[in-house]
Amino acid sequence: MSLLEVHELSKVYGEGAAATPAISELTFAVEEREFVCVIGPSGCGKTTLLRCVAGLLAPTAGSVVLRGKRVARPPDEMALVFQEYNRSLFPWMTARQNVAFPLRRKRLGKQGAARAETALDEVGLGRFVDHYPWQLSGGMQQRVAIARALAYQPSVLLMDEPFASVDAQTRADLEDLILQLRQRFGVTVVFVTHDIDEAVYLGDRIVVLTRAPGRIRETVLVGLPEPRDQIETKALAEFTRLRTHVNRVIKQEAARQPASPDAQGS
Amino acid sequence: MLAALSVLESVTRTELISSRHFPPPTKIFSTLARELGSATLWSDLANTLGGWALGLALAFAIAVPLGIVVGSSALLHRLLALPIEFLRPIPSVALVPLVVLVYGTGFQSKLFLVVFACLWPLLIQTIYGVQDTDPVAMDTARSFGLGRTERLVLVTLPGAVPYIATGLRISSSVALMLAVTAELVIGSAGLGRSINLAGEGGAVELMYALIVVIGVTGWALNSVFARIERRVLHWHVSVRRLEHAR
Amino acid sequence: MRRVTAAAIELAMALALLAVWWIWSAGSDSFYFPPLPDILATFGDTWVFARAGSDVVPSLARLTAGFSIAVVIGIGGGILLGGSRTARGAVGPIVEFLRAIPPPALIPAGIVALGIGDVMKVFIIAMACIWPILLNAIDGVAGVETTLVETARSYGIRRRDRLRFVILPAALPQIFAGMRISLSVAIIVMVVSEMVASSNGIGFFILQSQRSFAIAEMWSGILLLGLLGYALNRGLTRIERRMLHWHRATRSSALART
Ligand SMILES: Nc1ncnc2c1ncn2[C@@H]1O[C@H](COP(=O)(O)OP(=O)(O)OP(=O)(O)O)[C@@H](O)[C@H]1O
Ligand SMILES: [Mg+2]
Repeated sequence: MSLLEVHELSKVYGEGAAATPAISELTFAVEEREFVCVIGPSGCGKTTLLRCVAGLLAPTAGSVVLRGKRVARPPDEMALVFQEYNRSLFPWMTARQNVAFPLRRKRLGKQGAARAETALDEVGLGRFVDHYPWQLSGGMQQRVAIARALAYQPSVLLMDEPFASVDAQTRADLEDLILQLRQRFGVTVVFVTHDIDEAVYLGDRIVVLTRAPGRIRETVLVGLPEPRDQIETKALAEFTRLRTHVNRVIKQEAARQPASPDAQGS
Repeated sequence: MLAALSVLESVTRTELISSRHFPPPTKIFSTLARELGSATLWSDLANTLGGWALGLALAFAIAVPLGIVVGSSALLHRLLALPIEFLRPIPSVALVPLVVLVYGTGFQSKLFLVVFACLWPLLIQTIYGVQDTDPVAMDTARSFGLGRTERLVLVTLPGAVPYIATGLRISSSVALMLAVTAELVIGSAGLGRSINLAGEGGAVELMYALIVVIGVTGWALNSVFARIERRVLHWHVSVRRLEHAR
Repeated sequence: MRRVTAAAIELAMALALLAVWWIWSAGSDSFYFPPLPDILATFGDTWVFARAGSDVVPSLARLTAGFSIAVVIGIGGGILLGGSRTARGAVGPIVEFLRAIPPPALIPAGIVALGIGDVMKVFIIAMACIWPILLNAIDGVAGVETTLVETARSYGIRRRDRLRFVILPAALPQIFAGMRISLSVAIIVMVVSEMVASSNGIGFFILQSQRSFAIAEMWSGILLLGLLGYALNRGLTRIERRMLHWHRATRSSALART
C-alpha cells in the first residue's frame, strides 16, 4: 500500500450547462518519501487536483486515500503552499505570526515562535520576521508561505507552483532547500510546476497531465543520482534526455487539439 | 419574511408579548388597510415627503457647487477642513431648540433641520469626488489644451458623479430621519407627529401601522437611490475601463 | 513639515472663525444669538462641572450601552449570517425593512413597550445602531478571501480559532465602517430620545433651556454636543487606525504596485 493513493479522481465545477470538468479519472500513487512533480498546461486542473488531495475540495467522483484512510477533510499531517501566495498570508500578522499561526494547535508555546524564526531563517528571511506582508516583495511573501509549511513539519507537503514568482537565484536556493528538507525529515512532496527543468531536477517521478479536463498523459521516472546539484546534475546527459522527452510529450499534447485562447501561460 | 411574521403573530396572540405593547401583525395590517383609505395618512405622508424632498434638493443645490469649488482648490480645502470637521459632527438634532426659537414649529423648522443634516454628507462626498479625478485623464485633457472650465465640465465632474450619488443616498436616509425627528419633537405636521400622538393616545395599532408606512417609505427611497448609485457606478467603471483600453 | 503648516493653517482658520463669531455676536442684541463670551462663560458654569454628573454622564452611559450592545449583536449576527448564503437570503428582507425605519420613529413605540426609562433609550439606540454594523459585518464576513480561510483550514485550525483569528480580523475594516455610521446615528437618537421623554441628559437640558428661555444655556448645550460628537468620532477613528494599521498599509502598497 502506498502512502497516498489517488483513485479515479474527477472534479466537475458547476452544474448543468455551466458544468466545467476540471480533472477526469486521475489515478496515481505516491510512496513514502517520494518527490512527485505534476506538470501540465495552464487550466488543466493541477490546482484542482491539489485541493482535492488536501481535503479542501470534495471530488465529484473517486477518492484520495492517505495511509489507508479516505481524505474527507484536511488531514493533520499535510501542508499546502498555495499558488496565490499574496492571498494566503494573513495581512494583519507579521511574518513570524503568519508562520507560527498553524502551530497553535501543537501547543508548543515559546518553542513555536522559535520554530517560526528558524523556518524564516532557512528561507532567507531571518531579518524580516517582524515585517508585515505588505512590506515584503512578492517573492518574499511566497517564501513566508513556504516557511509556514516547513515550520509545520508535515509528512506530506503539497506545493502549487511555489517558485513561480521568485528570481532565478532564489529559486535555485529554494529548490535545494526543499531537497535538503526531504533528506533530513523524510517529507513526501507533491509539487506542481510549469517549469520542465524544475520538474526534472526535483522529482523522482513526473506526472504529465493532458489539457483540460486533466487526465494522466504519461508518467516519467527520473533516475538521476542523489544528491542533486544545480550544476552537476543539470550537466548530465540523462538530465538533457529527460528534459527533451518531457518537452516533447508536452508539445505533442499541445498540438493534439487546436489551442484554446487561454491555453498559453498564466 | 412570512415565517418571521407568523412567529410574531403567535407570540403576540398568546400574549407572550403583551398585545398592549406589541399587537399581532394581522391587527396592525388591518388597521393599516383601514388607514390607507383615510385622507390623514396621505396628507401626513405628503408632509413628511415634502420636507424630505425640498430639504434634500436645497442641500444638493448648496453642497454640490460648494463642494466643487472647495474640492478644486487645495488652499480653500485646507482653510475649510477644520471648520467642516467641527460643524459636521454637531448632531443636527441639537439645533432643534434653536430652530424652534427662530422659525417656530412649522414646516420651515423641519426644512432647516433636513437641509443642515444633509449638507455634510453631500459636501464631503463632492469634495472627495472632485479631488479623486483620474490624473491620467486630467493630463490628457491638459495636453489637448482644454481650458480650466472645460476640464471641470468634461473631466472632473463626470469623475465626481459616483461620489455625489453615494452622498445622495446617504443624505436621503438622513433627510427622512430628520424630517421624522422634527415632526416628533417639534410637532410639525407629518407621520412623525401622528406616530407620537397615536402612541400617547394609546392607539397602539395605529402607531405601529404608521411605523410600517414610514418603514416602507424609507425602504422604497433606499432602493431607488441605491439603484441610481449602482447604475452610475457601473457606468463610471465601464467608462474608465474604456479610457484605459484606448 | 508640510503637515505642520497644514495644521497651522487649519488652526488659524478655526481661530479666525471664532473671532468672527465673537465680533459679530459682541454687538448682537438679538435675543436668540447672545454674545459668544456669554455662551462660553455659561459653558464653563454649566458643564465644568455643575451639570456634568447630572446630564452628561447619563447621556454618555446610555450612548455607550446602546452602542456596545449593537456592536456585539451586529458582529455576532454578521458572523452567523455572513457565513451562509441561505441565512442571508432568509433574513435579508427583514433587515432591509427594519433598517429603513428612521430610528426616531421607533421612540413612541419604545415608550409604549418599555416606558420612558433608560431601558427604552438604550434599546432604541441599540436598535438604530445595529443595522449599519450588521449589514457591514455580513458583507465583510461574506467577502473574506477564500484562500485565507482555506489556508487556515488546511492547517487544521479549528472553527472557533478561524472565526477569531481569520474571519473577524478580515471583516474588521467593514465592521468599522459600519460602526462609524452607527456612532453618528447613536448620538442623534440619544438626543432625540432625551428630548421626547426624559428628565435628564444633554438633549433634555437643551430643550429645557429653550423652553425656559435660558438662551445662553441652550447654546452652551449645542456647543457641548458638537464637541462631544467631534471627540467621539475622533476616538473611534483613532481606535480604528490602531487596529487596522495593516489594512491601510496593505491597500496603499497594493495601489502602489499596480
Ligand atoms: N472555483 C471554480 N469554479 C469553476 N471553475 C473552476 C474553479 N476553479 C477552477 N475552475 C476551472 O477548472 C479548470 C482547472 O482549473 P485549475 O485552477 O485547477 O487549473 P491549473 O492547472 O491549476 O491552472 P494554472 O496552471 O493556470 O494554475 C479551469 O478550466 C478553470 O476554469
Ligand atoms: Mg493552478
